[in-house]
Amino acid sequence: MKERIDKVRKSLTVVAHLLRKEFLQIFRNKGMLPIMFVMPFIQLIILANAATFDVPEVPFHLQDFDRTALSDRLVKRFTSTGYFKMTGESFRQGNAIGVLTGNRADMVLTIPKDFEQEMMTTGHAQVQLLIDAEDGFTAGVIQGYANDIVTAFNRDLPELLPQLAGTQIVQPVIDIQSRGWYNPELVYIDYMVPGVLVVLVTLIGLFLSGMNVVREKEIGTIDQINVTPIRRWQFITGKLLPFWIIALGELTVGLIIARAIFHVPMLGHYYVIYLVAAIYLLVVLGMGLLISTVTESQQQAMFIAWFFIVIFVLLSGLFTPIQSMPHWAQNLTLANPVRHFVDIMRRVMLKGSNLGDIAKPFGILGLEAVVMLALAVNRYRKTSE
Amino acid sequence: MKRFIAFVRKEFYHIVRDRRTAAILFGMPILQLLLFGYAIRNEVSEVRTGILDMSHDTVTEAITDKLFSSGTFIFAGNLQSEKEIAPAFAAGRMNEVVVFEPDFAGRLQKDGVARMQVVTDGSDPNVSRIVTGYTQAVVSDYLAEQADGSARQVGVEAVPLMMFNPSLKSVYLFVPGLMAMILMLVSALMTSISITREKESGTMELLLVSSLRPVQIIVGKVVPYLLLSFVNVVTVVSLAYFVFGVPCRGNVALLFAESLLFIMTALSLGIMISTITNSQQVAMMVSLAGLLLPTVLLSGFIFPIHSMAWPLQVISNIIPARWYLVIVRGIMLKGAGIAVLWKETLTLLVMTVLFMAASVRKFSERLQ
Amino acid sequence: MAEAVIQTEKLTRKFGSFTAVDEISFSVASGEIFGFLGANGAGKTTAMKMLTGLLAPTSGEATVAGFDVYRETESIRRNIGYMSQRFSLYDDLTPRENIRFFGGIYGLGSSELREKGERLLDSLDLQESADTRLAALPLGWKQKLAFSVALLHEPKLIFLDEPTGGVDPVTRRRFWDMIYDATDRGVTVFVTTHYMDEAEYCDRVSIMVDGRIAALDTPAMLKKQFAAETMNEVFIQLARPAKRGEG
Repeated sequence: MKERIDKVRKSLTVVAHLLRKEFLQIFRNKGMLPIMFVMPFIQLIILANAATFDVPEVPFHLQDFDRTALSDRLVKRFTSTGYFKMTGESFRQGNAIGVLTGNRADMVLTIPKDFEQEMMTTGHAQVQLLIDAEDGFTAGVIQGYANDIVTAFNRDLPELLPQLAGTQIVQPVIDIQSRGWYNPELVYIDYMVPGVLVVLVTLIGLFLSGMNVVREKEIGTIDQINVTPIRRWQFITGKLLPFWIIALGELTVGLIIARAIFHVPMLGHYYVIYLVAAIYLLVVLGMGLLISTVTESQQQAMFIAWFFIVIFVLLSGLFTPIQSMPHWAQNLTLANPVRHFVDIMRRVMLKGSNLGDIAKPFGILGLEAVVMLALAVNRYRKTSE
Repeated sequence: MKRFIAFVRKEFYHIVRDRRTAAILFGMPILQLLLFGYAIRNEVSEVRTGILDMSHDTVTEAITDKLFSSGTFIFAGNLQSEKEIAPAFAAGRMNEVVVFEPDFAGRLQKDGVARMQVVTDGSDPNVSRIVTGYTQAVVSDYLAEQADGSARQVGVEAVPLMMFNPSLKSVYLFVPGLMAMILMLVSALMTSISITREKESGTMELLLVSSLRPVQIIVGKVVPYLLLSFVNVVTVVSLAYFVFGVPCRGNVALLFAESLLFIMTALSLGIMISTITNSQQVAMMVSLAGLLLPTVLLSGFIFPIHSMAWPLQVISNIIPARWYLVIVRGIMLKGAGIAVLWKETLTLLVMTVLFMAASVRKFSERLQ
Repeated sequence: MAEAVIQTEKLTRKFGSFTAVDEISFSVASGEIFGFLGANGAGKTTAMKMLTGLLAPTSGEATVAGFDVYRETESIRRNIGYMSQRFSLYDDLTPRENIRFFGGIYGLGSSELREKGERLLDSLDLQESADTRLAALPLGWKQKLAFSVALLHEPKLIFLDEPTGGVDPVTRRRFWDMIYDATDRGVTVFVTTHYMDEAEYCDRVSIMVDGRIAALDTPAMLKKQFAAETMNEVFIQLARPAKRGEG
């Protein structure tokens, strides 16, 4: 028994030596330190703010061919609500599309000649909204704003045109209140910060571990290690742990920033996040080491790591909903560790989910961790074939 | 000049000889564009919707029917009270719950205003926003139909015309964005290690003692990659056009010329990273970890730049992909010409020159 | 002859259709300095990698320190030291840290490590630079340090793969003094080199040409056999018909 304990202790000492060496090397690499410990947080602080679909004051261009009191009232309606901002005016037919092509406005409001005349005689007139629909979603929002304004304008028409008084022009209105459960004002920050944080921790973890072993191959020190009696699991553990610790540290700083700067709520428990993070990082770092052991140069390793990272990030549901993807792509994301960790972070922080709620994605991460580590240990060969 | 050509040729061989890397460089953009082109959308096709109808009248039923006949909304159950909303969201059974106030039809008739609520799962604000928009559209349609049916319409009618993308497909928005992102990152990555690798392998000394001038070395490093990257430009543009059906309403030659300029910018940025860093590791971290998220988030690829706060709008100006994106969308979707896009083109040009100049300068410092 | 520390029988390694090492058979006796010579590409490094367990042989047999190169690579590793031509300590660590690291992964205890480390730094006259990063030290020092580190765990056999590449003859001579010290303590040395003056220092020398062993004997006998003044001439005579060129 004592012998056995001694053996285990000795075995772990080897890992500790490897660990120490890796840490020394990491912290001695002066060029890398700011990239590891400063850049991610700058990115987090800046970029978490970038994600928003709010459509602020829409720049619009006016073509008022009528130029009457009534058309003027309508234009005032547009400019006074705060939804629209007039950026230009022209009076030439056919000019409108050029305005949109040149990105000088997102909408052109065209009021035809005889607008007022028509209104007085028939009680009905049309105006045209030319909307830049490059971004379909924004276009929809712009149309919605414009409709609201026109509806409100119509309601006031009897006051402006006495001859219309008495006619039933008040169209029935259905007032739709929208409300986001968990996130009533649909604050993007709360939603983006956990996601961006996951991506940053993943980037650092995967790239650093991905370059690590292959770098020793390039310098030639790997042979010197391979002729020692070090065991494969000791090697992988010693390579993995430093980055695991660093990544958890970065996650912690990120969570502090989330709390202190962004005031992201934390409805769940931190221990759930750390438990999941611990497993998640094994997947990421195991994958990094796997890439590192099967490649021949740092460049190759980075290309491959990058290839996966981009897929992981864009198919994580962080920027566009997973629900919007075709079914095959949705199924593909089930294998995406970033997707699961982003999902878990959001659920724990914003919905207060507990371990039971996140059992399924957590289980998938656990499975992936086992597979990745097994592959990494297995693919690392001390004797080349 | 002869020496310069020899140098370019050597660099070229260097790249093509490493089959594995070459395969990744040319295969990756194709694979990624195909994958993302299909997967990155923001239409939601199946909105699982619950109904909490406290009125049960003809109007609420008509609206409900209209909602579920559109094909986008899928009936996920009737709720009896507000209390049932929370568990439905927690379990992920529903994306949205539509609530009609009591006496809905009555109020609409009497006061001209009736209230309904669209409650969405706000833990994904993206989906929330889209779903709410869809629901609003269905209700507006309903009202419009009613108005058409009743007498003749009174008042002003705003006739919308959706330009460039009448069916509001997000694929038209995202594919150009993907093109920009992929070209940017692949190109910058290629050159970012070209010089640091020479530093590490010790061949730098050879270059330094050669009689090539710094400008020649820098340009010589960029030219072969420019040729290779152009292959990527051609495949990426072809995929966008033939596979995803993004129209090209403008001049194709202009599109290629602008793309060439853009990869030139990206390659120069890579070279600059290469000259200011001392190891491959740092160079790659800067060009990958440093560029990925800013390129995705601050280029207008997914999130519109005009939606951002002004400091971010200012920062977005230094992201080359931001300018290229305007150019690609301009040429492909709007049929814009250089007369419209000269500002963006000039910006990319200036950036390229700056990156190159900085590289040459930094490189010359090393010589002394 | 003393017991064999290395024994090979038709040891072969192929890379695809290319036979890097072609049925070599030889044995190295305990306490011997065995020189392994050959032009670039003759197969020296490949042979050495097979013997150190870094590369699996294609066919043939070999035992190193009494262990089989196919099945008992881990036991071999525990019993050998290795220093490769690509200088293989960590440049970004100090001598002290390198000693500690490599000693540590060979399983040396911490007190043993400290004691041995200090003694080693003393004997190499490296105390002053013990906490300077290796990158800043001259190559000759680094090589001596690498050699000593490879001996930290007191192996019976050490493999040196072109250990003195790139340094001047005086530094090389000093390095060989260290090798002699080691053999005095009973260590067997297996060394590849392409410096012919170094070949003279070996007890026995084998010369590889095109993956085969073309000659194997003491330097004196070889010179006699080929009627040559120096080992260099022996080498030139043997290597001239080589089919594989430089590089």
